Amino acid sequence: MDKSIIKTVIAKRVARELKDGNVVNLGIGLPTLVANYLPTDVTIHLQSENGLIGLGPVPTIEETDMDLTNAGGQPVTLLEGGMYFDSATSFAIIRGGHVDVTVLGSLQVDETGSLANWIIPNKMVPGMGGAMDLVTGAKKVIIAMTHTNKGKPKILRRCTLPLTAKNQVNLIVTEMCVIEVKDDGLHLIEYNNEFTIDEIINATEATLIINNPNEMRFE
Amino acid sequence: MKEIIKLSTLKNHVFDGMSIMVGGFMAVGTPEEIIDELVKINVKDLTIICNDAGFPDKGVGKLIANGQVSKLVASHIGLNPMAGKLMSAGKMVVELVPQGTLAEQIRSGGAGLGGFLTQTGLGTIVEEGKKVISLEGNRYLLEVSRKADLSLILGDIVDKYGNVLYRATTRNFNPIMATASDKVIVLARKRVEVCNPEHVLTPHIFIDYVIEEGKNG
Repeated sequence: MDKSIIKTVIAKRVARELKDGNVVNLGIGLPTLVANYLPTDVTIHLQSENGLIGLGPVPTIEETDMDLTNAGGQPVTLLEGGMYFDSATSFAIIRGGHVDVTVLGSLQVDETGSLANWIIPNKMVPGMGGAMDLVTGAKKVIIAMTHTNKGKPKILRRCTLPLTAKNQVNLIVTEMCVIEVKDDGLHLIEYNNEFTIDEIINATEATLIINNPNEMRFE
Repeated sequence: MKEIIKLSTLKNHVFDGMSIMVGGFMAVGTPEEIIDELVKINVKDLTIICNDAGFPDKGVGKLIANGQVSKLVASHIGLNPMAGKLMSAGKMVVELVPQGTLAEQIRSGGAGLGGFLTQTGLGTIVEEGKKVISLEGNRYLLEVSRKADLSLILGDIVDKYGNVLYRATTRNFNPIMATASDKVIVLARKRVEVCNPEHVLTPHIFIDYVIEEGKNG
């Protein structure tokens, strides 16, 4: 699959997980795209950890206000009813369980729902930002990522990179499938019909529990 | 009435080896004019506490690029390649702290608390060297609060008493940092006689000095 199509497929499928009234934090990168595919019949309150709820569409050049940015430092807009708050309040919202869903990318996820996405020792040390608080505090953690990295599995038996958090992931959405993390392991609940189940198994290091998965739907 | 000082007198309030909290999130809400003056004064061996490392030419990144920072406490340094380089070369210590934990360390420092319990970081590198406390069936990390010698914040509107209002997402760490240092200097974009008391976000008692933006040329 083409890379841009992969991202669209993942973003569209994640968008279907969001329910009316949800407070949602979308991570930087692929997860941000989810905002483009939100169901039109529901109201979603997008939170940005730098201090706002009510994230609106990307501004036009005339609308751009460099005092109003998202957690990636990009200019954004604020919807009617939206508001600003300081960082302590922002993380009271996040840690206090007031965020219904957080969507973020990951380098690795494993069978126990642990994830690693903030550091590759001696190689890339960007820092965890708000990710550790988000995955610990949000009610539902969705990982939106490509299924593999240069052909190498990212869904593993155990993460090998330093963890972002232990046992916090609820759902993994990739271009190949949707995986639910339960106490007994990873359940393949949906598959993209552009791939065979064997292809999915081969691209996954972790053991998948497979019991009549549905086809992935995007609308 | 809050004392207004000239940017040129900033040198009287800084010293080598001091710790400074700087407001801003990816330099949005950072008092740039004060940072520029700190670069000019060239005060050294600073411990900078800020959400992130800014950019090499923006925010606290300018202090890092100028070799003035010996320790950086931040949640993220990914957008400033200079920070990563200095860290790898052993020229700057970087303490990475989860963003919510950093915010709460500062908030609790300003609120006179010794620390707090959080589940953020459990089972990760962040847990190393910290006490784990079990309470009512849950495990938590004990995080210690944080204070500094000086806080530098950006206010959008500051009244003559030193009450501060912020604009949009420039607020971020500014209000909590205003509570957590021995000395607090606000860079005021605009000054007014008196703010509406219903709207004040940082009460004037937290502010020591006001510097007016754009009036120090």
